Amino acid sequence: MTWTWFHRLGSPPHVYRLARLLTPWFAWPAGALIVVALYGGLVLAPPDYQQGDGFRIIYMHAPAAWMSLMVYTTMAVAAAVGLIWRMKVAHAVAASCAPIGASFTFAALATGSLWGQPMWGTWWEWDPRLTSELILLFLYLGYMGLRGAIEDTQRADRASAVLAVVGVVNVPIIHYSVTWWNSLHQAPSVMRLGKPTLSSAMLWPLLTMLLGFTLYFVAVLLVRLRAEILGRERSASWVREMLAT
Amino acid sequence: MREFLGMGGYAAFVWPAYAVTLGVALLNVVWARRALSRALTAARRRLAAGGGDA
Repeated sequence: MTWTWFHRLGSPPHVYRLARLLTPWFAWPAGALIVVALYGGLVLAPPDYQQGDGFRIIYMHAPAAWMSLMVYTTMAVAAAVGLIWRMKVAHAVAASCAPIGASFTFAALATGSLWGQPMWGTWWEWDPRLTSELILLFLYLGYMGLRGAIEDTQRADRASAVLAVVGVVNVPIIHYSVTWWNSLHQAPSVMRLGKPTLSSAMLWPLLTMLLGFTLYFVAVLLVRLRAEILGRERSASWVREMLAT
Repeated sequence: MREFLGMGGYAAFVWPAYAVTLGVALLNVVWARRALSRALTAARRRLAAGGGDA
């Protein structure tokens, strides 16, 4: 096996072109899957025997929470690759992840609050799952604040990458918080060993939604990445050539 | 239809949850596209000004 593909991923013009080419292949399937999942979750899935129609919040809450963790993991892996191989494009990926992840962490907390009030009788509780997810939001905000505070891009890349990599320890803490500690939050019903605990009529819209949001994330990331690369490559000749044509 | 919108009494929680998440998803698309068009405009302006680092 050759490593050519890896080296080409370090080339900004190659990645820029690849990102532009791939975006619609992720965006359109993402949109279609999310629309189908919305219909499945809001209309086709039967009400829950305990939570009635209130359980339908899961189709927004679980994807938002999934995004908050998946985007952070992507960001930390990209940051680590950037640190180890001094790859500019990897740092650009990490920087592009942060605002996406932060906004979905906010959505996960907000929808969790909207679910907690009718089911637990409280908007917020200093519970392990909720608290660790809030820390995740602060990690994203800290990462973006740190980047914004350092003028020099290379220094900002390295400093923020260290923060992203160290902060990744929070990801398994969030995921396992409901099994390690006594939590108000329910245990995982899909991301668990063995069979999911949801019935199939409730499960397929959720899995479709998770897949849809994952593809959506790639599409948004690719657009952000192009903006990030352009900003970094300012006076590179390939940018000039691309804009001249 | 009214029954659907009522969400079995949970309308006040279900619909805001959908609005927040889908709103965040939509905003991310808008933000990403705006970032790209700004970067392209800035790059074009630099090119017109002589191609140097602004």
